[in-house]
Amino acid sequence: MFLINCPYCGERDQQEFKAGGEAHIERPKQPTELSDDEWAEYLFMRKNIKGVQFERWNHTHGCRKWFNMVRDTSNDEIKAIYKMGEKPPTR
Amino acid sequence: MTKNLRVKSSEYIDETNRISFKFNGKTYHGFKGDTLASALLANNVHLVGRSFKYHRPRGIMTSGSEEPNAIVQINPGTNRTEPNVRATEVEIYEGLEASSQNCWPSVEFDIGGINNFLSPFFPAGFYYKTFMWPASFWKKYEFFIRHSAGLGKSPTSRDPDIYDHRNIHCDVLVVGAGISGILAAKNAAKNNFKTLLVDEKNELGGSTIYENSEFNKINNKVPSEWLNKEIEELKDIKNLEIKTRTSVAAYHQYNYLLARENLTDHLEAKDKTNKIRQRLLKIRAKKVILATGALERPLIFNNNDRPGIMLSSAVKKYSEFYGVVCGSRNVFFTNNDSAYESALSLYNKGINVEAIIDIREHSGSKIVKKVKETGIKIYWSHSVVDTAGYKRLNSVSIMKLSNDGTSVTGGKISISCDCLGVAGGWTPAVHLYTQSGSKLKFDEEKKVFIPNQNTSEQISVGSCGGDFKIDEIIKNLNHKLKDTLNIEETDLDNIKVEIDQENSKRNIWLLPSDKPLGKTKPFVDYQNDATANDIKLALREGFRSIEHVKRYTTTGMGTDQGKLGNMHALGIIADTAGVKMGELGTTTFRPPYTPLTFGTIVGRNVGKFFDIFRRTPMNDWHVGNKAEFENVGQWKRAWYYPVNGETMHQAVQRESKAARESAGILDASTLGKIDIQGSDASEFLNRVYTNAWSKLAIGKCRYGLMLNEDGMVYDDGVTTRLGENHYLMTTTTGGAANVLSKLEDYLQTEWPELDVYLTSVTDHYATVSLCGPNSKKILKKIIPDLDLSDGNFPHMSFKEANIGNIQCRIMRISFTGEHSYEINVHAGYGKDLWEKCIEAGKEFNITPYGTETMHLLRAEKGFIIVGQDTDGTMTPIDLQMNWIVSKKKYDFIGKRSLYRSDTMKEDRKQLVGLLTDDPSIVLEEGAQIVSDLNQSPIEMLGHVTSSYFSPNLNKSIALAVVRGGKDMMGKKLFVPMENKNINVTVANPIFYDEKNERLNA
Ligand SMILES: [Zn+2]
Repeated sequence: MFLINCPYCGERDQQEFKAGGEAHIERPKQPTELSDDEWAEYLFMRKNIKGVQFERWNHTHGCRKWFNMVRDTSNDEIKAIYKMGEKPPTR
Repeated sequence: MTKNLRVKSSEYIDETNRISFKFNGKTYHGFKGDTLASALLANNVHLVGRSFKYHRPRGIMTSGSEEPNAIVQINPGTNRTEPNVRATEVEIYEGLEASSQNCWPSVEFDIGGINNFLSPFFPAGFYYKTFMWPASFWKKYEFFIRHSAGLGKSPTSRDPDIYDHRNIHCDVLVVGAGISGILAAKNAAKNNFKTLLVDEKNELGGSTIYENSEFNKINNKVPSEWLNKEIEELKDIKNLEIKTRTSVAAYHQYNYLLARENLTDHLEAKDKTNKIRQRLLKIRAKKVILATGALERPLIFNNNDRPGIMLSSAVKKYSEFYGVVCGSRNVFFTNNDSAYESALSLYNKGINVEAIIDIREHSGSKIVKKVKETGIKIYWSHSVVDTAGYKRLNSVSIMKLSNDGTSVTGGKISISCDCLGVAGGWTPAVHLYTQSGSKLKFDEEKKVFIPNQNTSEQISVGSCGGDFKIDEIIKNLNHKLKDTLNIEETDLDNIKVEIDQENSKRNIWLLPSDKPLGKTKPFVDYQNDATANDIKLALREGFRSIEHVKRYTTTGMGTDQGKLGNMHALGIIADTAGVKMGELGTTTFRPPYTPLTFGTIVGRNVGKFFDIFRRTPMNDWHVGNKAEFENVGQWKRAWYYPVNGETMHQAVQRESKAARESAGILDASTLGKIDIQGSDASEFLNRVYTNAWSKLAIGKCRYGLMLNEDGMVYDDGVTTRLGENHYLMTTTTGGAANVLSKLEDYLQTEWPELDVYLTSVTDHYATVSLCGPNSKKILKKIIPDLDLSDGNFPHMSFKEANIGNIQCRIMRISFTGEHSYEINVHAGYGKDLWEKCIEAGKEFNITPYGTETMHLLRAEKGFIIVGQDTDGTMTPIDLQMNWIVSKKKYDFIGKRSLYRSDTMKEDRKQLVGLLTDDPSIVLEEGAQIVSDLNQSPIEMLGHVTSSYFSPNLNKSIALAVVRGGKDMMGKKLFVPMENKNINVTVANPIFYDEKNERLNA
């Protein structure tokens, strides 16, 4: 059970949140221009890293805002949290 | 015959309070303060159970939660019965009943004991190797296995007790109230940290409160005396909460821990009533101090499992703490000095200690010198090679160990005894530590895994941190406390400790016997009957990973998670495979540390509190009119309204006919409703629905289909344009929350530039759906001044109106194919509106109908239900709904996926209608559809998704998904059922009023 510091509400228990998969996968602006492979890359391919991973999270039982999280999946250490649209921190 | 083995009064046992209890139907007596184990031992009862696989007689082995053998059923046959309880943890009370498990017909004569003689046929992996083949035999084996191997019986009646949850936030949580935990908690609280100290026992002090050795002194006092004074002082400390009988079950990330507080298990039945039995504590601690102590290890030798063979530390605790001796002729078998403490404890009470067998060559410690002076015979460099006695140990055989410890030599000496105390050194209790995600390292010198890398703010102190001597414990505790609490001084600065310095140890994981290994039974996991031979066999068969060996041999997989034997298993693997234990790693310790009751886990969330449920504003009317209800998501929806003892089928047939012939009324309040506002609302709808929205006029309604990005149908519903920048979207009942969350996701993360605001208004409005040829007349009676002509208020349009002075929104839309209206009012007026409609509709025989009739009516029209006719693998093309997919729109969610090679395949499963050749047969939903009954194996073409008997068509109708079904119109197919094959024909899914003439009827 993580403690997650929602950028809008502050520190809350993990059960208020929902994970939303890998972050920074932008929806293609012109999907029709893409080949099947390119579209599949966007649609299906996710990294699922053991180690530092950039993720989307949603404060579902709070402000309902989406935000980004940098988490080490090997020990669940949350390294950074930042709002949608903000630049990801560089390591 | 029982005899009393109580030897002296103990300050922890109240001999004035005599308690009677039953074990296996026989009455015994103990005293307040006894555990079931100590009371049984005082009555000279060692045999308490049978082992899992070989049904060997087993006795009490330990004095704590690590007990593998003494697993009992508490209060059998009552509604408070509990299986798999450790007798060492049960505090006795008047009227307690307990019985042995895993034996039939009785623990004394157990028919499964025959397995012991068959044991060569029960090697590691036996269950995998034998019972899995041939598959058809499994049913026979299963009966036998389940009968003879069951671990206790679950209660069959309702649990009469109350359980509770509590959230606790503290600065410092101290787990374990032995000497380290007490000192840590005391100093944390004194330094203004809000501190919680928990211990699984009912008394504080751990093993130090009965540590009466003259060789260890704290501030010139014997440790027990000194610690008792410290405990006394805890009372006056602020900021400190102490919870006994509280066992930490799980240690999750970010210092979130779950503990079970036991409140009434030690009370008599009459005192348990109306009290909370157990409470789950959900603890979030800024810092955690683990002081969980260490568990003594047994030694692994031939036949090391007989009743009477116990941990040496348990023998000492029973003697010092409970005043109970475990045998009248005692022998100890050890690889370190701790057995000498136990021997002295018995000797000092005048109890016979026959001998100490020590695998070491010598020890120069003071305590060993003292034991030598008593005249107790010590056999140095000797090992136990066998034991005898079926239901109780009666002798041990010992031989001299070779210099390298791998074999035994010389003559065999037999020593008669009824209790053997075994001391194999200590294993830090690092279970909670590793649960937190922290990493261990192996200390080659001490032969233990100790904490290494912490993942959260925590420290491990005392013996769970790898410190076993009191001086080391105090020194390292002091240093760690100052560091973690960031304080300058502690009480520990002034503690002076004297100890018996020398404490040598010789570690041999598997002790040799004069017999070949295959002829011996050196148990590693007592509860699961796994021996060293099983582990070696697994290695010979090629298993290498410790996790695989564990599963193959079932070592460590009992309810005790192998707390005693895991280290030996690792040691034997390391020795056999020639690798270092540090490289081998450990198996994963998973929560709970000790088993939890289901009651504790669910707390108050039972019965009607099990899940949230939602009711519509008209609910009372439905209840009053005897509706049957069905659960749709969290909603309780009226399912059908039986009258005069109708069956469900009869009621649905009547409701369905009435809705088409005159008038029906449905409570549609549960439909999801999302209010959409903002200057980009139209553009937003264009992007989320498959069809076009920009040109929808104000006051008009449109049906929309929503896809996932993978092109599969996700939700559907009618959306109404209320104003230039204002829409009201409806969703399916079950999909409402997910749709809102998905739309928010796109708005916040993909299209933040859009000016759109979403608000869930599902609960704010009640919706009454009026349908049927007379619906117009009924509405006219309610709102006489509204022009209901097709010109002013056509199908798929919306009007605002007043019913009296109540504002309402009326959509002329239809899910039944009949002329119909959906009237929305603020939720508080819902029941009032419903009753008005019923009253106004009386002359037209208005008939309330439930969800079942709604499903039937829409199936007659071939309208899909997302989630019933679709399952996340259906595109709109698969549904033959090409008409709703805009070709002109550049993009919408899921569009690109509709042109993937896979989604464009012709032979995908497609939605079709299905008619049975015999119109009276109603297909089963989920039934498989095939085209060739003679094929083997038969290819499954698809399945039935919706099926009803239509009273309006007087025949059975069904919707189905069929591979390539689009091009199968008129084709004969088969639905094979258990007893018959049903002939069906593929048909148009619109069974009724194909030209939609009734919408304007
Ligand atoms: Zn928030």
